[in-house]
Amino acid sequence: MAEQLYQRDVYGETLVKLGSLDKNIVVLDADLSSSTRTNLFAKQFPDRFFNFGVAEQNMIAAAAGLASCGKTVFLSTFAVFAAGRAWDQVRVSISYNNFNVKIVATHAGITVGPDGASHQALEDIALMRVLPNMNIIVPGDGPQTEDAIMAAANKPGPFYIRLGRSKVPTIEHKGEFKFGLAQLLTEGNDVTIIACGAMVAQALVAIKDLAGKGIKARLINMHTIRPIDREIVLKSARETKLIVACEEHNIFGGLASSIDEVVAENFPVKVIRVGVRNRFGQSGEPEELLKEYNLSSLDIEKAVLSNISSK
Amino acid sequence: MANKQLTTEELVLQARQIRRLIIQMLACAGSGHPGGSLSATDLITALYFNVLRFNPNDPKWPDRDRFHMSKGHCCPLWYAVLAQTGYFPKEKLLTLRKIGSILQGHPVCCTPGIESASGSLGQGLSIALGMSLAAKVDKKDYRVYVLLGDGEVQEGNIWEAAMACAHFSCSNICAILDFNGCQIDGRCEDIMGLEPLAAKWQAFGWHVIQINGHDMQQILAAYDQAKTIKNKPSIIIARTVKGKGVSFMEGVVGFHGRAPTQEEARKALEELA
Repeated sequence: MAEQLYQRDVYGETLVKLGSLDKNIVVLDADLSSSTRTNLFAKQFPDRFFNFGVAEQNMIAAAAGLASCGKTVFLSTFAVFAAGRAWDQVRVSISYNNFNVKIVATHAGITVGPDGASHQALEDIALMRVLPNMNIIVPGDGPQTEDAIMAAANKPGPFYIRLGRSKVPTIEHKGEFKFGLAQLLTEGNDVTIIACGAMVAQALVAIKDLAGKGIKARLINMHTIRPIDREIVLKSARETKLIVACEEHNIFGGLASSIDEVVAENFPVKVIRVGVRNRFGQSGEPEELLKEYNLSSLDIEKAVLSNISSK
Repeated sequence: MANKQLTTEELVLQARQIRRLIIQMLACAGSGHPGGSLSATDLITALYFNVLRFNPNDPKWPDRDRFHMSKGHCCPLWYAVLAQTGYFPKEKLLTLRKIGSILQGHPVCCTPGIESASGSLGQGLSIALGMSLAAKVDKKDYRVYVLLGDGEVQEGNIWEAAMACAHFSCSNICAILDFNGCQIDGRCEDIMGLEPLAAKWQAFGWHVIQINGHDMQQILAAYDQAKTIKNKPSIIIARTVKGKGVSFMEGVVGFHGRAPTQEEARKALEELA
């Protein structure tokens, strides 16, 4: 059984490390610091932590003010609020200014579980992806969360980093993290599965089952959604002629759309979307919801099997 | 440093010159917002010429006082003041709203002297708050000034920020509310009533200073008073006249967002001569 970690725990611990390394880092939260784990930073560096209460719009525009004075700002709240509630503040005050603000949004996706649809961000990647200057990372597991946070800290400009609520298994042998360069996890030429976030673990199960059926699937961890790794997408399109895109997000505007845009202009192949199909979420346990919304490893497997003959 | 201190008489003359530039820019651009630019002219002229600490040759000087225009549509005023204080040549003003210009229809942060974009109302007080918190973290003594519109304070984000500025005891913040009483669709009190405005800010924990926003002595006294207030932010609620200085624009809602024609500009410049 692989190690299972909360990405947000890793985030909180990484912020504390960064806080010691770089006195210029400030951290903001909007009354969710115990859930997002920015409370770890708050405890260590109370003079560089500001809690804005339940006021995300104010927090995000204030982050811009701090960044205008040279601060590196990390801010956190749930993904629905960071990307949705305060979208105009992100657009005008952060993205348009190209300010050094890192939005680390937790509790993204359907695996938020029992809190239900209001709290399950299934649109956030789409909302952030349309903004010029915005970089987007969806780390695949716990350790990769640290890589993503460090990459964002070291590269000036706005970032949106999407983390889940539930524990995720650590992916073994995934190699070094490089911002903007996807990770090839498994070789194979029959089909390419491209996944992000918690869906990487589902895809790993699926490719094992597919291997048992004689199908050699290539698996790519697309941790950076923007800028998308065009090279690896096009290489896979040419070599496998079929792509299955897996994301804990609505099928509109997220990872699958990013892939569609690359292949449509350069080398059109079939891209099958394993994502939430134009529905809101609901309450339930994460595993139940993954099944209900056709995001489980079995759904990935089905998507491959029903399309591979027609490629 | 702020440029040399002007007398109130000199400030009045400078404000008139800035009003002339606003009219010229807007007439040349053919679109833009004269009403609120003219109503806030005296407030911002006094601020830049006698109060604000800055260096136009080093716009990013870390110890500069910050100014942010939250009601970004009044940027013709900001641009005219920045040109008059030496941030860029005055000839640039006639490029307002033209393609490729550093003087965009609403502020953008690449313009010398401008700290942040604005234009979507309600965000600027939060930006001032962020600047104030940065001063706290860096233990710097600069002050933060932010110009708000009266219609703008109908935005919920303003009140989130108002609450937070008081919570964090941001005594280095001085907000300036250009209370000209008009917004695009009509009189503020008809569209979405603001009163009792001073009591609202007081209730949110602010020190409130109420003045006539066209009286230079009152304006300077208000900025001085705000500097003495400890442990809480200050707001100057300045009663102003929309379109101030041009008889046919004064109090006329229609000039919120319509540029003067060439003929109207000629008449306006005669009045401001």
